[in-house]
Amino acid sequence: MNLYAVGVVYRKELREWLRDRRTLISTVLVPLLAFPILIGGMISLSTMLIGQAKKEIPKVMVVHGEDSPAVVAALRANKEIEVVPYAPNWKDQISEKQIRAAVEIPEGFQASLENATPMAVQIDYYEGEIKSEFGADHAEKSLKDYRDEVIKKRLEAKNLPVSLISPFDTKKQNIAPPEKVGGATFGGFIGYMVILLCMTGAIYPAIDLTAGEKERGTMETILSSPVSRLDLVLGKFCLVLSAALATASLSVLSMGVSFSLIRHFGGSSGGRGEAVQLLFQLGPQAVLSVFLMALPLAVLFSAVLMTIALFAKTYKEAQSYLTPMTFLVVIPAVASLLPGVELTPKLALVPILSTSLVCKEIMTGTYHWSSMALIFGSSCIYAAVAIFLAVKTFQRESVLFRS
Amino acid sequence: MIDARGLSKRFQDKKRGEIRAVDNVSFQCQPGKIYGLLGANGAGKTTTLRMLATILEPTDGTAIVNGFDVVDHPEKVRANVGFLSTATALYPRLTAQEMVEYFGRLNGLDEATLKKRIDDVFSRLDMNSFRDRRCDKLSTGMKQKTSIARTLVHDPPVMIFDEPTTGLDVMTARTIIGFIADCRDRGKTVIFSTHIMSEVERLCDHIGIIHDGKLLEEGTLSELRAKHNEHNLEEIIVKVVGPLANTEV
Repeated sequence: MNLYAVGVVYRKELREWLRDRRTLISTVLVPLLAFPILIGGMISLSTMLIGQAKKEIPKVMVVHGEDSPAVVAALRANKEIEVVPYAPNWKDQISEKQIRAAVEIPEGFQASLENATPMAVQIDYYEGEIKSEFGADHAEKSLKDYRDEVIKKRLEAKNLPVSLISPFDTKKQNIAPPEKVGGATFGGFIGYMVILLCMTGAIYPAIDLTAGEKERGTMETILSSPVSRLDLVLGKFCLVLSAALATASLSVLSMGVSFSLIRHFGGSSGGRGEAVQLLFQLGPQAVLSVFLMALPLAVLFSAVLMTIALFAKTYKEAQSYLTPMTFLVVIPAVASLLPGVELTPKLALVPILSTSLVCKEIMTGTYHWSSMALIFGSSCIYAAVAIFLAVKTFQRESVLFRS
Repeated sequence: MIDARGLSKRFQDKKRGEIRAVDNVSFQCQPGKIYGLLGANGAGKTTTLRMLATILEPTDGTAIVNGFDVVDHPEKVRANVGFLSTATALYPRLTAQEMVEYFGRLNGLDEATLKKRIDDVFSRLDMNSFRDRRCDKLSTGMKQKTSIARTLVHDPPVMIFDEPTTGLDVMTARTIIGFIADCRDRGKTVIFSTHIMSEVERLCDHIGIIHDGKLLEEGTLSELRAKHNEHNLEEIIVKVVGPLANTEV
């Protein structure tokens, strides 16, 4: 291997890459602009929708209940809902968003209450529809308040204290430090993003430097120069790797800036604001560790993508080969986000999944050094095999001059 | 010089089986001479020239190019060769000068020598007006000049041209032809393939006629004319490859 020649090839590829408008868009503009716009837009939109939903007084229909005026009166007394007159098509009205929920009071409810024979009141709502869920919550609260009132009256009638039905309270207290909570919430997501972006960042240059060269007719030009195939592949590979890491770094940086801006400019509405705050508390050490663990994976992606793209004669053909590769990366990366999937010695040998899992752990502040060493080592071996295959493929005339 | 010794190249094709693109071809090209390789499309010219330039590896046989074996020392061979064909394109996002510098560095030239060589070649080919223009903005003629500069920057003793004027306009083709003649006058070993008989008659000191991968005939133009009792080179080729051969010379 001639490092000088590798450097010459790399510098030339870098120069061409930086002059390519498509590169600027895919590597710089998309991560830097798309993330703030997407994240900011999504959070603003959801905050706005939730705010609107909270402002609306949901219409709730009481179904039956003619013989139970007390419970109906309790519902009507709740100023956070508007009780609307009964109509037989209440379920359709909920589906069509004309009303948000309906309370079905069974016949003889009041009488059964006086006889201490429990009967269930049903609340109909449309799951997934936030305004319907709010309406159902308000109706449920009214019913619970009414139930508490009934209990209180019964206890008072028998001269018993209210504390009789509630001899003790329970309270949940979080003892995990904020960065661990943030890690558990977003750790898997950040690892997933870094892995996916390493892949997507490598796709375009991998195609351009292989199938693109064939299509433009420059492959024969470079092969006629004295540079060895090994040096040529390594120079090109270094550029693809640089592109992958640059895309991932810029994207994570952009995400960080987006979240901090949102936090700064009023992203503190409810749970989302807290989540944003927690994400920002993730330390730079954790983010750097994730990058370090993702490095051999980026090497693997770069080499594999180059090898596959080299089989194609044209840019378009290479795109059709590499697009399915995204799914091969997304599936194990997503699998690591599923609850209950944890790092085991066997899973530590599965590429992508293992890195994604260890990134999740790093983000929660857990550093299993032996697992990390195993994953890093195995990923390095996979990456070395991929580079070896890339070099071998570059030496195959049937691939380079496929017609 | 170039000394091809039983060069052969076989390819495997899924439908047609084994294809003998070049079959036991031997010839010699001397310094200060131009060797013309003639043949129909698919005769084996490009494969032969690609083997000499070490872009392809021979299946059998070998060639010695300026003292280096194409099989054993392909990188040294490439350092001694300038290879130009209509298929050897330029990098669109590099300027003409960057393109030539890139190949100069790959050929191991130090920065001082590289600068001197580039100034010399650019002046000789009248390229200074567009040296900082990107290759994708160059005219066809400018591109050809840049390609020539790329092959010349390391001053190789052997030049290989594979149909270098195909598809070019008259003026650009003239530039290439002039350049090939100049290479010969500078004592370089030159081999080139072409379909254009006037170029062969004007340039070639020695001619090889290749068909179906085999070198069927060799000699100077006058020797071929005398042997086949025919003045027209095209008619000579038809006689050599056979009148029924599916040729497009």
